[in-house]
Amino acid sequence: MDYAFATITELRQALDTKQISAVELAKFFLARIRRFNAELNAFITICENEALAEAAEADKRIASGKVEPLTGIPYASKDLFVTRAVKTTAASKILENYIPPFDATVIARLRQAGSILLGKTNLDQFAHGSSTETSFYGPTHNPWDLERIPGGSSGGSTAAVAAGLVPFATATETGGSIRQPASLCGISGWKPTYGRVSRFGVIAMSSSMDSMGTVARSVEDLAITAEAISGFDPKDGTSGSVKIAEWSKNLPRDLRGLRMGVPQEYFVPGIEDDVKDRVNEAIDKIRKLGAEIIDVSLPLTAYGSMVYAIVTSSEVSSNLARYDGIRYGLSSAAAKDVFEIYSLSRAEGFGPEAKRRVMTGTYALSVGYRGAYYLNAQKVRRLIVNEFAEVFKKCDMLLCPSTPNFAPKIGGAADNPLFGYISDQLNIPASLAGLPGLCVPCGFGKPAEQRDNGDMPVGLQIIGPQWGEQQVFQVGYAYQQVTEWHQAKPKGF
Amino acid sequence: MTYESIIGLEIHVQLKTKSKMFCGSKNDPDEREPNINICEVCSGQPGVLPVINREAVHKALLVGLALDCQIAEYSKFDRKNYFYPDLPKGYQISQYDQPICGKGWVEIDSPPRAGARRGGEKTRRTIRINRAHLEEDAGKLIHEGNTTLVDLNRAGVPLLEIVTEPDFRDPAEAKTFLHNLRNTVRYLGVSDADMEKGHLRCDANISLRNPGETELPGYKVEIKNLNSFKAVEAGLNYEIARQTELLAVGEKLINETRGWDDVQSMTVAQRSKEEAHDYRYFPEPDLPIMHFVREEIEKLRAELPELPAQKLERFQTEYGLPEKDAEVLVNERSLAEYFEEVMSELEEWLSSSPSPGVGRVGERSDESIHKLAKQAVNWITGDFQALLKVAGTDARDAKITPENLAELIKMIHKGEVSGAAGKKILTIMFERGGDPSNIARDEGLGQVSDEEAIVVAVDKVIAENPKVVADFLSGKKPALGFLVGKVMAEMKGQANPQMVNSVLSKKLG
Amino acid sequence: MITKDEVARIARLARIKLPDGELEKYRTDLNKVLGYIEVLKTVNTDGVEPLAQVTGFENIFRDDEVVETEIADEILKIVPETSGRFIRVKKVL
Repeated sequence: MDYAFATITELRQALDTKQISAVELAKFFLARIRRFNAELNAFITICENEALAEAAEADKRIASGKVEPLTGIPYASKDLFVTRAVKTTAASKILENYIPPFDATVIARLRQAGSILLGKTNLDQFAHGSSTETSFYGPTHNPWDLERIPGGSSGGSTAAVAAGLVPFATATETGGSIRQPASLCGISGWKPTYGRVSRFGVIAMSSSMDSMGTVARSVEDLAITAEAISGFDPKDGTSGSVKIAEWSKNLPRDLRGLRMGVPQEYFVPGIEDDVKDRVNEAIDKIRKLGAEIIDVSLPLTAYGSMVYAIVTSSEVSSNLARYDGIRYGLSSAAAKDVFEIYSLSRAEGFGPEAKRRVMTGTYALSVGYRGAYYLNAQKVRRLIVNEFAEVFKKCDMLLCPSTPNFAPKIGGAADNPLFGYISDQLNIPASLAGLPGLCVPCGFGKPAEQRDNGDMPVGLQIIGPQWGEQQVFQVGYAYQQVTEWHQAKPKGF
Repeated sequence: MTYESIIGLEIHVQLKTKSKMFCGSKNDPDEREPNINICEVCSGQPGVLPVINREAVHKALLVGLALDCQIAEYSKFDRKNYFYPDLPKGYQISQYDQPICGKGWVEIDSPPRAGARRGGEKTRRTIRINRAHLEEDAGKLIHEGNTTLVDLNRAGVPLLEIVTEPDFRDPAEAKTFLHNLRNTVRYLGVSDADMEKGHLRCDANISLRNPGETELPGYKVEIKNLNSFKAVEAGLNYEIARQTELLAVGEKLINETRGWDDVQSMTVAQRSKEEAHDYRYFPEPDLPIMHFVREEIEKLRAELPELPAQKLERFQTEYGLPEKDAEVLVNERSLAEYFEEVMSELEEWLSSSPSPGVGRVGERSDESIHKLAKQAVNWITGDFQALLKVAGTDARDAKITPENLAELIKMIHKGEVSGAAGKKILTIMFERGGDPSNIARDEGLGQVSDEEAIVVAVDKVIAENPKVVADFLSGKKPALGFLVGKVMAEMKGQANPQMVNSVLSKKLG
Repeated sequence: MITKDEVARIARLARIKLPDGELEKYRTDLNKVLGYIEVLKTVNTDGVEPLAQVTGFENIFRDDEVVETEIADEILKIVPETSGRFIRVKKVL
């Protein structure tokens, strides 16, 4: 059995039937990480000792039969999740040596379930970006073409799963940071309903949108991991107590009777032909499975990225204020007084993108501009939420591309402060509304102006209504039962 | 030239909860060890989230209702962004445009103003409350030479900020208001409200205008660091003098923040924090809004305990207490409660037993109640409170139960012990507890009101002192005092002096 | 358009020291972003209330209970500068 690209269900069976022990499985993946990380730069930290100790515990659990679906299954975590005693950097310099004294709730739940944390994956610094290039630790490379970005900000997690370094990984999304890199790396990604998964212990980017999800090899794996991490957390007042169904047990569903909307505005000017074609082919497949496909319209789509730019930078400017060189993290040695502890530590510790967003947000919230920027953006945000509510009266879910482009070459996006807003324009509206979304691989294609290149993955996006996880999983699962795109492996791994 | 002063107060009340405003760290204002009551949330670690303490909200609502504030139907928290080493997150979670308590008002009895025409008369004034909102406290900073030490034990402790309208016209009014507010929050059990300990902190805004003007002045001076009732009054008076002088020479006053220096008894200009005004408020995305249903708020209002202002009035009408006495009791909730318990014992006794000079069985005249009440308040605010002060304890923890004290008052009232003996008995009860009649018996402090015994002693003294008796009968009135003294000595000081007096007078009359 | 002085004021407010040379770069970047979102002002938002949260949750409270942990000591261990149990910083001006 090829453990590297096996699904969680397959690995579960291998562990339960003692084909392999949890320790052996952890060692297997740790060896792969060591072997391939040099070319991918998907990991910032590898926690081998902790992992092997946890795996030994998992083996005891397996021997005693007290097994949960993820017991002994290795995973990686985006380095935005705080992990007790394991360095947590947010891919920043300011937290280069931060060893947290506590666990994020998601990490604690996976620990409880017996899943084995192998390491912390690379990301855009503080999740600010869509390419993983703003990381202080260098860019992650796309396993399908090492010269290209994996997308971001969860690029380390999606590259690690795509290259078979872990069966699944935690990821976070504020506006596309799961769906976009999952799409560009050709894997499945789940962006939960806002509030579905606890945000406690996940380094905040934009608190009103941050959603913690997973990336994996299949929708079934996503459903299994989603069940493990979802649900109300008393430490997070915005986490919902909305009942968690047994998503993974209720995946098979006849799509007949479902009405799927295709928002015309999501096929934006400038969308790659191959992306459009692959997505339309996927929509056709879903039609053939019995779903009714209708055209719908979301005219405010174009404004989503602008609302996002203001709301996130405003919240970022506040959320990053705590990195001040006083209680933890980098503290400038050159500081002569408190003002300088702040201004020098932050100047040295934040990368250009973090600074840019903090500055933008500080400006948008400052006296005299708050009304024109922040409040106006929040008003348009309400209109966008209302627009989704209207459209879900006409259809059950939405089908569209995850991102209009293929993964660009590394460096291609670095100096454009607007790259993220364009790349994530098809993800952002649903993020503003807190809706659940799924990205599933739907084929391959070539960028129009680089026909000489190899094929790069394309992702189909499925957006559901608030708390509608079960139905998006069902549609994604049905699609993966009749396609094989999610099983494709990049060469050389 | 005398100006009219326009004064408003901003008061921070530290709420007495078990845990902090947004996390499970202990809220202990008395903790001496630095950074012991901290956790990942209140120390602002990456990724942590606040969750609202239900009890803090409840306590804030109680204060809001006591101040007759409109309770918001919807209330939310906001972030107030600024950098300071005592503020771990780089922002304070506070409330901006939807505070938990909106407009309210309280009445105060304004003390007579210095030089007021209606000399000595108190006037009733209405002070409007602008708002009261919940927020988290910052940590404490200790400045030591070139470094500053940070203690985060206080960071995240719930605070209620109460803002009044600029309705005070006199520093004494502000002090009275603050006094009443302190009593109110103590009665509600929401705060210890000890100003010296920083449970209650007060900033004041003051500006002056010409008499007869109705517009607010175009400036205001904020005085910080007023950490006692005395400082509030003194600081405001100082500012009035300072501003009056400046206005007199035609200077234009501007907005500024000054700090009260207790040692030098003056306000000092404070360096304004850079861009302190640009707090970049926005709604706290981590905390869902609060929704208060009218019915529940009204239920809460109905459950409010009697507030000090109401109690003050009632003590005067129901027990006929002079205002000063009532005030002393009301100022200390435990004392007021103690007094009421003593009174309920005494009233019960009054309505069930006949007693000399008190009225007939079953009759509770107002006069007799007032008489006993006056005695009770004298004991409580006199010797009892003095003993409490020396011992540093509270009436609730005293060994003398209200029943015991009531019993002692009855004994004195009935003439079973003298006033002097009563003081001794009280001291013994304070130290050991116990029933006063037992103590009187054991310590030989009982007072003989037995007329027969007194007649025997009087006869003996008359027989033994014929000369003094003759002097008295020949018109030397002071001789009677000598004879009373002899009788008292004969009875080892335990005779009821009034009875001795009347028996002697009768015998010699 | 944001001026260089305004960028400097924002940088001070955000406590990020920017060398003179970088002010111009951030001025350009900020203007680009602000230019990009300018069109947002054309959306008709008359009578629309700003939306800050999407969950619709209300009254999420915790009970007033103390959580006993040992975490205080661990938190102090990672503080850059301490003095006894105090966090130490350079003089506050």
